[in-house]
Amino acid sequence: MATETNIRTGNSVATEGANLCWSCNAAVAANAHFCPNCGKVQPTTQIDYFEFFNLGGAPTRKLNIDLSALEREFYRLSRKLHPDVFARASAKEQLWSLEKSSQLNDAYRTLKDPIARTQYLLELEGVKLEEQSSDATHAARTSGEQKKQVVPPELLEEVFELNMQLQELRMNKEMGEDDPSIASDLQQAKHRFEKMMTEAMSELKTYWDEWDAVICTPGSSEAGRIKVRDKMVGLLNRRSYIRNLVRDVNEALGN
Amino acid sequence: MSKSGIQIESNGASAVERVVGIDLGTTNSLVAFMEGETPVVIPGEDGLNLVPSVVAIAENGEPVIGNAARKNLIETPERAVYSVKRLMGRGVEDVQDELRYFPFKLAESGLASLGGPLRIQLGDNTFTPPEISAFILRQLKRNAERYFGAPVTKTVITVPAYFNDAQRQATKDAGRIAGLEVLRLVNEPTAASLAYGLDKKRDGIVAVYDLGGGTFDISILKLHEGIFEVIATNGDTHLGGDDIDNLLIGIALDDIAGDMKVDLRRNGEAVQAIRKAVIDAKIALSSSDSTTIQVTLPGGQPYAREITRAQFETLIEPIVQRTAGPAKQALADAGLTPEQINEVVLVGGSTRIPRVRALVKELFKREPHSELNPDEVVALGAAVQANILSGGSKATQDMLLLDVTPLSLGIEALGGVVAKIIHRNSTIPASATEHFTTGVEGQTNVAIHVLQGERELAKDCRSLARFDLKGIPPMAAGMPRIEVKLLIDANGILNVTAREQRSGREAEIEVKPTYGLTDEQVESMIMDSFDHAEDDFRERQLIEARNEAENMLAALEKSKKNPAWAVLSADEKKRIDELEHKLADIKCPQHNATDYKAIQAATEALNKATTRLAELMMDSAVSSALHGQTMEGADEKMGQGPAAPHPIAPAEFSKR
Repeated sequence: MATETNIRTGNSVATEGANLCWSCNAAVAANAHFCPNCGKVQPTTQIDYFEFFNLGGAPTRKLNIDLSALEREFYRLSRKLHPDVFARASAKEQLWSLEKSSQLNDAYRTLKDPIARTQYLLELEGVKLEEQSSDATHAARTSGEQKKQVVPPELLEEVFELNMQLQELRMNKEMGEDDPSIASDLQQAKHRFEKMMTEAMSELKTYWDEWDAVICTPGSSEAGRIKVRDKMVGLLNRRSYIRNLVRDVNEALGN
Repeated sequence: MSKSGIQIESNGASAVERVVGIDLGTTNSLVAFMEGETPVVIPGEDGLNLVPSVVAIAENGEPVIGNAARKNLIETPERAVYSVKRLMGRGVEDVQDELRYFPFKLAESGLASLGGPLRIQLGDNTFTPPEISAFILRQLKRNAERYFGAPVTKTVITVPAYFNDAQRQATKDAGRIAGLEVLRLVNEPTAASLAYGLDKKRDGIVAVYDLGGGTFDISILKLHEGIFEVIATNGDTHLGGDDIDNLLIGIALDDIAGDMKVDLRRNGEAVQAIRKAVIDAKIALSSSDSTTIQVTLPGGQPYAREITRAQFETLIEPIVQRTAGPAKQALADAGLTPEQINEVVLVGGSTRIPRVRALVKELFKREPHSELNPDEVVALGAAVQANILSGGSKATQDMLLLDVTPLSLGIEALGGVVAKIIHRNSTIPASATEHFTTGVEGQTNVAIHVLQGERELAKDCRSLARFDLKGIPPMAAGMPRIEVKLLIDANGILNVTAREQRSGREAEIEVKPTYGLTDEQVESMIMDSFDHAEDDFRERQLIEARNEAENMLAALEKSKKNPAWAVLSADEKKRIDELEHKLADIKCPQHNATDYKAIQAATEALNKATTRLAELMMDSAVSSALHGQTMEGADEKMGQGPAAPHPIAPAEFSKR
């Protein structure tokens, strides 16, 4: 690692509007990856993942994305930005290629995954998803406390029962006993939760539609926007809660 | 070969310098390049494609490499080493297991062996694993230069996909020491897929199962119009044919001890002779149903033991089964079932074993491919990648490799927990930005511990490096906002930058690789300028002796701050101090010191005198590691300024 430490990010924060190409001085759009005139790669800019793929900036970031178009664009940009292509280029172009292709990969990884994409958009919208953030996880682990996750009210009864079963199963394991009825109960609970996960996913997609409609309607109220946003926050928290339950059950069943 | 005659005649160098591809293997190494549209392996002087990864140091101090060094393994095992790849990027405490089976002789277990890279004793000298690998690389470089009649300075080197950052960096260092610019490290299974993809050009999902001499990799790729996109990779960097050999050696040794009442376990020559015999038997069992392990023991007694393929398969089953876990994990990570895999490719010499092929068939539910020679396919793929990097040709113009990082990257947070910031199987280059702040008023340094691995706790992951961010302007606790950007490049190697955002000051980073060479050490090892000449050789010895002396003195200075120092008796301390002064004196260039042997002797004397100190430190280090603490407290490295034992507090988790 010693040989690779001091790559410094060029201080090339793009200003509004057009820049000039570093190589041929032609005008270049602020977020363009290449000069339209000479085709040379342009300095790295601090842009979000939607902008990187030219999928619109704030406040018009849509959540419904054509995944096959995204993949095509990812491949197209990879062919042009990957460090392999710049193996014989100047040091600064190599650096920009490295930075831009890492942005490209990070952006693609986030946008192609429905949950990661929604979370990312919500973060851009200023929401801190406490329950799911790694900060919250660390804080909980460090203090040894259970992560403060609000049990979704409609799940209260189910979760209560599940915890009893999990405890019973663990006690049985310690005593070296085996009660197949608990395992089968848990198996059923697992299937129920997995079904809820699937339902949460389709519910999320309806919110995407609502979101995309709200942001595309001229003159739509800020309140409407916040309403959809908060619905998604609630759903993601609920989903992450259920996901943890599935994980707990899987662990208990030794999967 | 391309025609660039005028240039060649005028200055002996080709206008377009050829970039070669190198497979630096555990057992064998190869160099290849693209001849027109086809990758070919460049043979050595002996006409053979494979250069055994064996290095010996002759009595006159000259290195002997490859087939020529093989006889040294048996005749002078104390001057020869093989399978050094297993030691790349590893620390002393990592290799204790290996030492039970391999004739690696580490340099005396004095202080110098703690902390720094490990050193292997070969005859009178000691070498780090990257230096030994560099001997092999330089041999391959020479083979290529003889073949082209022109210098070769640029290369692509393959590494196991599951190699961590330290192992990759060590490989890159080896290239530099050998006088080669390493344009890219390519993962071995991915390289193999390039070689296969070159003539197939078919889209689909491909699994590459690579079981070599010392490492196992499984990679799952999506091929799409010339793009080779790795979806998931997994493996074990200490699993391969060596393990089968060691198993059989152990059985033979027990056999001989039991039946013939001769204990040869400590007899290096005999063990090497047995090793050769069991390897011959292993190879024979790939094509016949039974064979005999035959060897003549010291004293002329013959040992022979018949072994059937069925017996062999029962014996090796646990080793072969160890590949199943990573293979299934890779499938799970890729989100695929075996039925969704279109093709399976076999790579590595150990895939010649019928039981291995049978397991692959069970795992992926289809007959695997092995049209290309499993010993050569990785080098051929490296040549394809080398061609791509030097501008491509008609055959490679649409080809692009998108690889992934095999292990998650994380930062140690409060409580010894690892916060994962780049997950395994992320396409590289990949990056993550983290923010840190101070925990104490006026604090000017922050220590950051970077780790690699899948486990939750820092003590269970691989420590990559500790970074000291220095020169933070003094502010109230929690005020500074330090942005640290971690970027994994296309070689799978970590790069770090940091900036204090309130003052806009670029924080200075000092990297302490946990097991690796510093830049200065690599510089001092570069072989090119020391090639051969007698004087240069002596000078190199001198430089090395001085380096060793300096390392020794630095290690001692550090150790004096260790609690173990207080345990020593007054006499012991006095003796160490005397020898320390003597060494400090003799190593100075102003003093007579043209005699490297005198410096070596003084270093050795001090090393001996500190053996007990080192043992005490090692004991306490090991016991504290067992108790879940990190080996070295971050506070020791904080320098001046107020310091808390754990000054790190992730201020905010942010994605840009």
